[in-house]
Amino acid sequence: MHRLLKARPGQKMLLLGNEAIARGAIEAGVGVATTYPGTPSSEISMNFFQIALETDLYFEYSTNEKVALEVAAASATCGVRSICVMKHVGLNVAADALLTLAYVGVKGGLVIVTADDPFMFSSQNEQDNRYYAKLAGLPLLEPSSAQEAKDMVAYAFDISEKLQEPVIFRTTTRINHSTETVIPGEIQAPQTHGDFTKDPFNYVPIPAVARNLHARLLNRLKEAEELSETSAYNISTGNGRWGIVCNSVSYKYVVDAVTDLNMGGKTKILRIGFSHPLPKALLKNFLKECEKVLVVEEGEPYMEEALKAFAQEERLTLPIKGKSEELFSRLYEYNPAIVRQCLATYFDVAHKSPAVPDLSDLPEIPQRPPTLCAGCSHRATFYVVKKAAEGMETICPTDIGCYTLGFLPPLSMGDFLICMGASVGTSCGFSKVTDKKVIAFIGDSTFFHSGIPPLINAVFNNHNFTMVILDNGTTAMTGHQPHPGTDMTALNLEGYGHVSIEAIVRAAGVSQVAAIKPYRLKKSIAAVKEALNYKGVSVIISQEPCTLYAKSLKKLRGKPFFVSEKCKNHKDCINELACPAFFIQNKRVKIDPTLCVGCTVCAQICPEKAIVPLKEKVL
Amino acid sequence: MKTTRLIIVAVGGQGNLLASKVIGEAALQSGVPVGMSEIHGMAQRGGVVESAIVFGDAQSNIIADGEADVVVGFEPLETLRALNKCNADTIVITSLAPLSPSTAITGTCPYPELKKLKAIIRAKTAKLIAFDAAALAAQTGNVLAVNMVLLGALIQTGTIPLTVDNVKTAITTISKQAFAASNLEAFELGFDAAKTSD
Repeated sequence: MHRLLKARPGQKMLLLGNEAIARGAIEAGVGVATTYPGTPSSEISMNFFQIALETDLYFEYSTNEKVALEVAAASATCGVRSICVMKHVGLNVAADALLTLAYVGVKGGLVIVTADDPFMFSSQNEQDNRYYAKLAGLPLLEPSSAQEAKDMVAYAFDISEKLQEPVIFRTTTRINHSTETVIPGEIQAPQTHGDFTKDPFNYVPIPAVARNLHARLLNRLKEAEELSETSAYNISTGNGRWGIVCNSVSYKYVVDAVTDLNMGGKTKILRIGFSHPLPKALLKNFLKECEKVLVVEEGEPYMEEALKAFAQEERLTLPIKGKSEELFSRLYEYNPAIVRQCLATYFDVAHKSPAVPDLSDLPEIPQRPPTLCAGCSHRATFYVVKKAAEGMETICPTDIGCYTLGFLPPLSMGDFLICMGASVGTSCGFSKVTDKKVIAFIGDSTFFHSGIPPLINAVFNNHNFTMVILDNGTTAMTGHQPHPGTDMTALNLEGYGHVSIEAIVRAAGVSQVAAIKPYRLKKSIAAVKEALNYKGVSVIISQEPCTLYAKSLKKLRGKPFFVSEKCKNHKDCINELACPAFFIQNKRVKIDPTLCVGCTVCAQICPEKAIVPLKEKVL
Repeated sequence: MKTTRLIIVAVGGQGNLLASKVIGEAALQSGVPVGMSEIHGMAQRGGVVESAIVFGDAQSNIIADGEADVVVGFEPLETLRALNKCNADTIVITSLAPLSPSTAITGTCPYPELKKLKAIIRAKTAKLIAFDAAALAAQTGNVLAVNMVLLGALIQTGTIPLTVDNVKTAITTISKQAFAASNLEAFELGFDAAKTSD
């Protein structure tokens, strides 16, 4: 039985924040869960995926976040408790659905989990998704710990059903990826079947209907504000005239800092867990009881600006600060030391900074950037395209996935990146206004997510570029989640369809299409050359399973190679491929047999043909 | 309860997260308050994995610069990189088996000499325990047991509020059955190595 199902109510266990959220949803009787995977949210849905195999829960990896939200919106409209999970930028994709769904509302609870990523540990931006709640007019909840994350999911479903609106559940990486003690509660049996009653004057927001629905939404927001005023998740602790308003993980840092700085007797903390609509009366009363207030929130000054407005309404003139030159930054994530320092500065409390050692005399430490795995098929594809494009001036827009790492030297294939699918859309623009050869790189899962509309655009508007689809059969970056092109039978899973990338590309009207096996360098280079020379839209589909995925399926067949005595130390292998299986010992290139997967790419480019298969068995 | 802050740094694939899991489980079973956080965004792609483990009453479970009581490094360069987490009272345990990053392999930036690396860490912290954990793991027949070797060394120092028995039980509970014996053996080897390490 799945670990999260086995967990006994009342019995303490250690859970990752993401596991706690999944357990919370199961406890709340969730019937439908949908997602498009994205760090730091991926473990939530990975757990749903596994749990759905043993329970009545319906779970799907949808093609993108917008579709995921639409699926969940419909099931919730039919009265089934539904949850939709995504990373913060995923909500941008789903925003079109979200903003009108707020008008239309739901019947069964709908919880939308958005996992923000301050410091951008694994994201392209650090947008603060609390503003989506404000923009859409929806309730917003923010847990500060794993236990709270679990408990708050059930609360989110309750509020959603009470207000008949989706609830946004916002976490940050430190909530998602912290492991803490959690006490599980009882599991409620899921209701997985619902019904839909026709009601077009509430469900079909043509302008005349939408005008009513917007008014209704504002009324529901008022109701939501009343819930926020009395919510047990807006917690006030301590006594004193110094006030601190905080949210999410910052709450923990504040509690520790107040202890460390001996501010306990003078300080009152208000932790906001129900952060849209903000509890206006509660906050105004808090302000009235304080002589000065500090707002501690990672990201944007969302609460700070609201507090300043509330103070203005009450004609209060006390200092309220948060983000400023000498206090908190809008950049990156906070930590206990930053919070302690800012509290000490603002409230003028004596404080000893931690004694960080003087590291000015350290030698330069080589960076360890994440790199494509040993034998990764993307490395082969990039090498192939690079060779095929030799002599051409190129622009290579790239996309979101492991292959983004191809931008690093020595491959250096990746010149422009915005968001999922943008490699193709931007290629249309780059090729229109420059004379350079434009080559778009996009992964298979990203192609399904948002690469198809820009491809159709390219065909219709007669653009001129080559699209290289790096098809490794899985959503590799986020942990090998399936996508519509994944062979589900290899996972022993039945009941799935299969969508061919090549068929879609051809159906979109691309005639110059070639599938390559990137480990076969010579043939592949010839095919890519032909594609690059084609005027119009050409597509290369580079097919080779992700090595990690193949390994997990026990389908990795290659044998390790080694560098024989024929090696004359040209180091082309290292300089052109930089596969992590290479290392240097006594100034000679060696291959780590435990890492090498036998892709043969280095063997093919070695001018001395010195890299050959290892005969004896390794570990 | 006094707060103790432990940082574990490793390269993706070295089993840092499993070691943290064992520590967390041991703490849970012995009633020691514990909070952990980890960064493993692109770790599968050979990046750095850092776990912060905080025992005791503190609420925060990340560790700011200069605030680690103990740092365990599964790879010497990563231990050196984590020096910013240390202070003059920090105890550092490191493996001496290097895993060269691509930047060192391609010659962009040389891998520091181990002798020098040790001297630097020693000069800036209270104590350094350094040995080749990979070699000890290999002795158990399980090269992946580097994490358990270093866990053994960590427990030997007595710097974190967990007993040998707590941790061994947790290793048995958490390890896949096929690896339980070699993991325990690796733990013992690391424990002994820490006693004699210079």
